[in-house]
Amino acid sequence: MSTTITGQAFVLGDDVDTDQIIPAQYLSYNPADPEERKYFGMYAMSGIPVEQAGLPGGHTRFVPEGQFESTYKIVIGGRNFGCGSSREHAPLAMAQAGVQAVVSQFYARIFFRNCVNGGYVLPCECDERLIERIATGDQCQIDIEANTLTHLTTGKVYPLNPIGEVKPIIDAGGIFDYASQAGMLKR
Amino acid sequence: MPRPMTMTEKILAAHAGRSDVQPGENVWVDVDILMTHDVCGPGTIGIFKERFGDDAKVWDPDRVVIIPDHYIFTADQKCHRNIQILRDFVRQHGLRYYYDPDFVTSEPGMPNPYKDPTKTHYKGVCHKALPEEGHIRPGEILLGTDSHTCTAGAFGQFATGVGNTDAAFVLGTGKTWLKVPPTMKFVFHGQIPPYLTAKDLILAVIGEISVSGATYKTMYFAGDGVASLTLEDRMTLTNMAIEAGGKNGVCDVDEKTLQYVRARSNVPNWMVYADDPGAGYIFEHEWDLATLEPLVAKPFSPDNRDTAYNCREVKVDRAYIGSCTGGKITDMIFAASLLRGHSVKVPTFVVPGSTEVHADMKRLNVHGEPCQTGDKSIEDVLLDAGCQLAPSSCAACLGGPADTFGRLNEPMTCISTTNRNFPGRMGHKDAGVYLASPLTVAASALTGSITDPREYVGEPIVTGTAGTV
Ligand code: SF4
Repeated sequence: MSTTITGQAFVLGDDVDTDQIIPAQYLSYNPADPEERKYFGMYAMSGIPVEQAGLPGGHTRFVPEGQFESTYKIVIGGRNFGCGSSREHAPLAMAQAGVQAVVSQFYARIFFRNCVNGGYVLPCECDERLIERIATGDQCQIDIEANTLTHLTTGKVYPLNPIGEVKPIIDAGGIFDYASQAGMLKR
Repeated sequence: MPRPMTMTEKILAAHAGRSDVQPGENVWVDVDILMTHDVCGPGTIGIFKERFGDDAKVWDPDRVVIIPDHYIFTADQKCHRNIQILRDFVRQHGLRYYYDPDFVTSEPGMPNPYKDPTKTHYKGVCHKALPEEGHIRPGEILLGTDSHTCTAGAFGQFATGVGNTDAAFVLGTGKTWLKVPPTMKFVFHGQIPPYLTAKDLILAVIGEISVSGATYKTMYFAGDGVASLTLEDRMTLTNMAIEAGGKNGVCDVDEKTLQYVRARSNVPNWMVYADDPGAGYIFEHEWDLATLEPLVAKPFSPDNRDTAYNCREVKVDRAYIGSCTGGKITDMIFAASLLRGHSVKVPTFVVPGSTEVHADMKRLNVHGEPCQTGDKSIEDVLLDAGCQLAPSSCAACLGGPADTFGRLNEPMTCISTTNRNFPGRMGHKDAGVYLASPLTVAASALTGSITDPREYVGEPIVTGTAGTV
C-alpha cells in the first residue's frame, strides 16, 4: 500500500449522516453483485443538500451526471461525520466512487467501524477545523506514515490524530484479513 | 474489593470470559444473537460467502434472526429479489428464526399485503419484532445490521448496530471485537404526566447532549420516571440512543421486564445484571418530569430541540405515526385517545410497528383492553378520525423507494413519531421533519399546526395490558 494519498478535496459540513452519503432509495442495489455495486458510486453523496455540497460554495456535484466515479479522492468533513444509520453502503459508496480517505474532526461510531473493518476508506481525524481552511477542489496529500495532511494549495501541513488501537486492522486491510493473519480464522 | 461496574461492563466482561473490563479496552466477545434484515442481509450474505466460502455454515443457526421489514411494500423488483436472497440463505442454512413476508411473490408490481396480521409469518419492523418473538433477554449481547438495534437495551442487555462486514464476521465465527464504552446516566424523577410520553424524555436528552454527545458511550436511563414506563415506552428511550451517537442504551431489569421476557422467550437461562453502587459515570443529568414540557426536534437534526408550544406557528402538511420508535401499541393508544371523536385536518399516515401491533390495534380498545361488544378498536378510532393506515413495515420512516406509503416526495413539512430528521431521511431532501411524541403528532394533525398536546389531554391515558406480556 502506498503511503501517500494525493487528490482533490471535496468539503462538507458537520453531522453528515449516512442518508446524505447514500440515500435510502438506492439501498435496493445489492453490494454483493459487481454490476449493481457500481451504482453506489454513481449515487454517492447524492443526498447532500445542494448548498452544502462542496463547500464553501456548495452546488457542486460529487460524481458527474451519469458516471460511476468521482474526481475527488479525499473527503473533508466537520464534526460527527457518518452519523445516522449503520448502513455499510455509506463507506462502500465513497470507496466505489474512488474516495481513498476521509478527514474529519471525529466520527460517528458505526461509520468509523465500518470504514476500518470493511477496509473501504481511511478514516483520519484532525483536530483542526479543516472545512474552514480547505476549499472543494484544492489538492491535498495525506502521508499515512507521518500522519499528516498537506494542503498543497497553500503548503500548510496539518497533523492528524494517531490512528490508535485499530491501526493493525487498517494495516491488514479489514477485520477478515486481520483475523486471518492473527490465526483466528481457519478457512 | 472488586471495582464497582456498570451493567454494560458486566455483560461485556461475562461475554469475554473475564471478571472485569475497563472502559476504553477492546475485547473480543461471544455474540448471543445476530439480526439482519432485507436492506443489509444481502450484502452481509455476500461477504459471508466470499470470505468463508459458498458451502460454509453459519456459526449457530439458532442464533441468527432474519426479519425483512424495510422495503416490503414497493414495486421495486430489486427489493423482491433481495427477499429471495434471504429466503435462499435461510433454506440453505436451516435457519428457524426467519419471518417471511409470505405475500411477496415473484409477480411484478406492488405486493398484495397480508389480509389478517395474525395469519402471516411476516412480523414488520425488526426492533419491535425481536422482543415480541422472544429473541431479547437480559444480560445477552445482540448485534444487528441496523443502527436502532440499540432498542433492545430496554431489556437490560447489550445491543448495538454493526455493518455488513462485522455481521458477516459474526455469522461465521460468533465473535466480534468491541470497545468497552463508559456510561452516561440520565435520571428521570417522578411519574410521567399524561401529556408526555417517553419520546419527550429522549428528545430532552438528545437536545441536552447533542447528536454526538454520547459517541462511543453507553446511555443508562434510570429513575422512578423510567421504572413507571412500560417496556414498550422504555424502548422509545433506548431506540434513540443512536441519535445521540450512543453505542448502546440500557434500562434496569425489573418485574415488568421479567414478566415480558418470560412470556415470550423459550430460553430459560439468562443473567440479570445491574449497576453496582459506586459504579463510575462520566456524565450524569437529572430531570423532574413534572417540569418537562412536550418537545419537538426541528429540522434537520434530532438535537434541534424546542417546545411544541414555541413551534405553534409552524404549519404542517402531514402527520406520520409509525416506526420502531413511535409505532408501538402504546404509541397507537396515545394517538387514538387524543384523536377519538375528532377529525384530522392534514393527511395523517399510520403504520403499525409490527403485525402484532396491527393485530392489537384491531383487538384492543383505546384503553388497551380487549374490545367488548360496542367498543371501537384502536384501528376503528384512527380510521374514523380520517387517518390512512398501511400494513406494518418501515415505510416512510427512512424514505425508501419512491412508491413507499407516506414518503415525502416533495418539499413539505411533516410532524412524525419517527427518530431521524436529517435532510432526506423521509424522502425529499428539502422536506422538513419535526420529530415529536404520538400525542404531539396527533394534536398537530387535528389543528394543522404544531400543537402542544396539553390542549387536548387532561386525564391520564391508560394503556392497560397492551404490550405488557
Ligand atoms: S422503522 Fe425506521 S428506524 Fe426503525 S428500523 Fe425501520 S427504518 Fe430504521
